[in-house]
Amino acid sequence: MQVTSSVRDPLITGGKTLKDVTHDISRQVEGKPSMSWLLAFLVSVGALALGFIALAATLWEGIGMWGLNKTVGWAWDITNFVWWVGIGHAGTLISAVLLLFRQKWRMAINRAAEAMTIFAVICAAIFPIIHMGRPWLGAYWALPLPNTFGSLWVNFNSPLLWDVFAISTYFSVSLVFWYVSLVPDFATIRDRATGIRKSIYGALALGWDGAARTWSRFESVALILAGLATPLVLSVHTIVSFDFATSVIPGWHTTIFPPYFVAGAIFSGFAMVLTLMIVTRKVFHLEDYITIGHIELMNIVIIITGSIVGIAYITEFFMAWYSGVAAEQYAFVNRAFGPYFWAYWTMMTCNVISPQLFWFKKIRTSIVATFILSLVVNIGMWFERFVIIVTSLHRDFLPSSWAMFYPTWADVGVYLFTFGLFFTLFFLFAKFFPVINMFEVKSILKSSSKKVNN
Amino acid sequence: MERDKNFILGVYEDEDVLMNAVSKIRKAGVKIHEVYSPFPVHGLDEVLGYNRSKLPIAAFIFGLLGTILALTMQFYMMKFDWPMIIGGKDFAAFPSFIPVTFEMTVLLSAFGMVGVFLVSSNLKPWGQPKIFDLRITDDKHVIAIDLAVNANFGEEMLSDVLKSADASEINKKSFE
Repeated sequence: MQVTSSVRDPLITGGKTLKDVTHDISRQVEGKPSMSWLLAFLVSVGALALGFIALAATLWEGIGMWGLNKTVGWAWDITNFVWWVGIGHAGTLISAVLLLFRQKWRMAINRAAEAMTIFAVICAAIFPIIHMGRPWLGAYWALPLPNTFGSLWVNFNSPLLWDVFAISTYFSVSLVFWYVSLVPDFATIRDRATGIRKSIYGALALGWDGAARTWSRFESVALILAGLATPLVLSVHTIVSFDFATSVIPGWHTTIFPPYFVAGAIFSGFAMVLTLMIVTRKVFHLEDYITIGHIELMNIVIIITGSIVGIAYITEFFMAWYSGVAAEQYAFVNRAFGPYFWAYWTMMTCNVISPQLFWFKKIRTSIVATFILSLVVNIGMWFERFVIIVTSLHRDFLPSSWAMFYPTWADVGVYLFTFGLFFTLFFLFAKFFPVINMFEVKSILKSSSKKVNN
Repeated sequence: MERDKNFILGVYEDEDVLMNAVSKIRKAGVKIHEVYSPFPVHGLDEVLGYNRSKLPIAAFIFGLLGTILALTMQFYMMKFDWPMIIGGKDFAAFPSFIPVTFEMTVLLSAFGMVGVFLVSSNLKPWGQPKIFDLRITDDKHVIAIDLAVNANFGEEMLSDVLKSADASEINKKSFE
């Protein structure tokens, strides 16, 4: 039996019983959708439909629809790709790394955070796929498939190919991890339901019986999956950073990229988890499960990772100077004081300066302040990728080819499409799946809950 | 009497009471069919005398398979089938092969282990579990005792054993 110190604040408030947990979470799945949910869902589907026009135009006409030019060959597409993948990282961090560290506070937020991971990775994958121009042929370029050219295989020396393997493994392993932990909760909903709902959730629950032997196996599966997902999540953003770091472009060619990208990913991911959870707890009345304590702990992770990112920005500058390479030095001076100075200083303000406000307990325990700052961090992290990608490219080795990047409506539209997709999927998840991991919350109820009369 | 048909059930609300009850019942010489819980109770498998799950071994074997497959594939394609000079590297550029090898190790390990878990626990979309009590996915733990297996005790005595082991309810359940 695990004992929790009485000094610690309870993780679940409101004197909940096991039955209350089942009821509070299943109620969302069983009831009719609320007006606020319907409205939010319609807005997301609208964004999805509107963005689809841009996606269709890009597929029909080609990549020329985007604002790319000969100098800036990578811009919004890769920025959005890295941004979405980064967001995904928090879900795995919460469910796998915090499981290995036995952090019980993960239990109320891991389900939704993992759902966020899966949907964010889907959104991320869209960008490299459509950037291939003719994605229906893409399988031959991205996967080692036999073909009529010899077979001419894919290049295993290329970090872009490593990305294919990393992202698809990350997506499928996260999906399996998430689904396995959903099975017992689907069984709970199955056993409360009747009629068609019973057969749907019954099929989803895979005939779960709750036997001690099954639980014992389940626990070893969860532990090993967490053990596998932990190095996996670190490898994914490391490999994403290799896309840049293994090139010889000044501003990209730095060894600090892997740890710096991973810290940035966790930073932006936690910000997105906060944005989503603050809304979810309000709409679904889950204040007793996702407490101020949870929000504060996530804010502390944001301070730490935000500070790591800040140090990385400064280190990059120092190394550019210290290397003595003129091109490298120019790339960084151009970042901060060139035509894209506004993007650089937006990034600096949003990622390094404003998260430091969380050192004040008043701010990190305030829901409104947290919500605003979480949005600020998400904006800042988008600009970080934009700064790294566009400002390193737009002034290359030949001043006559220097150029600026201007996004077209198709750039904006495809980004909107991924937002629509992300929120449509998230709202569907929030309505039809249990948003909080019921069985895990139940398992800590006795040790981490304050009973009403105790 | 046939096996797997008639059961006597002890219902529990608290996981610590349940753990004590299981050891008490087993000490009395009664064979427990299975214990059903709404959440994993740590240490329950040990009290029930179950062996440690062998799934980590499956994960290791599948992971090893992934490593071997990935390395074989990359060396075959890059070194033997169509060698090409890329960035002046050796055809068999082993360090370049590490990321894909790692990813395939994780992929096969995770999928293989979960596959074995689903098969060994008989989990499938059309699976029809034996449900002893609907509340075991909600808020109650249930100890199920097969009457046929414990025929030497008799129903009365089993009921007494459960009662002395602090069961909050004692029910009967029969399956056709």
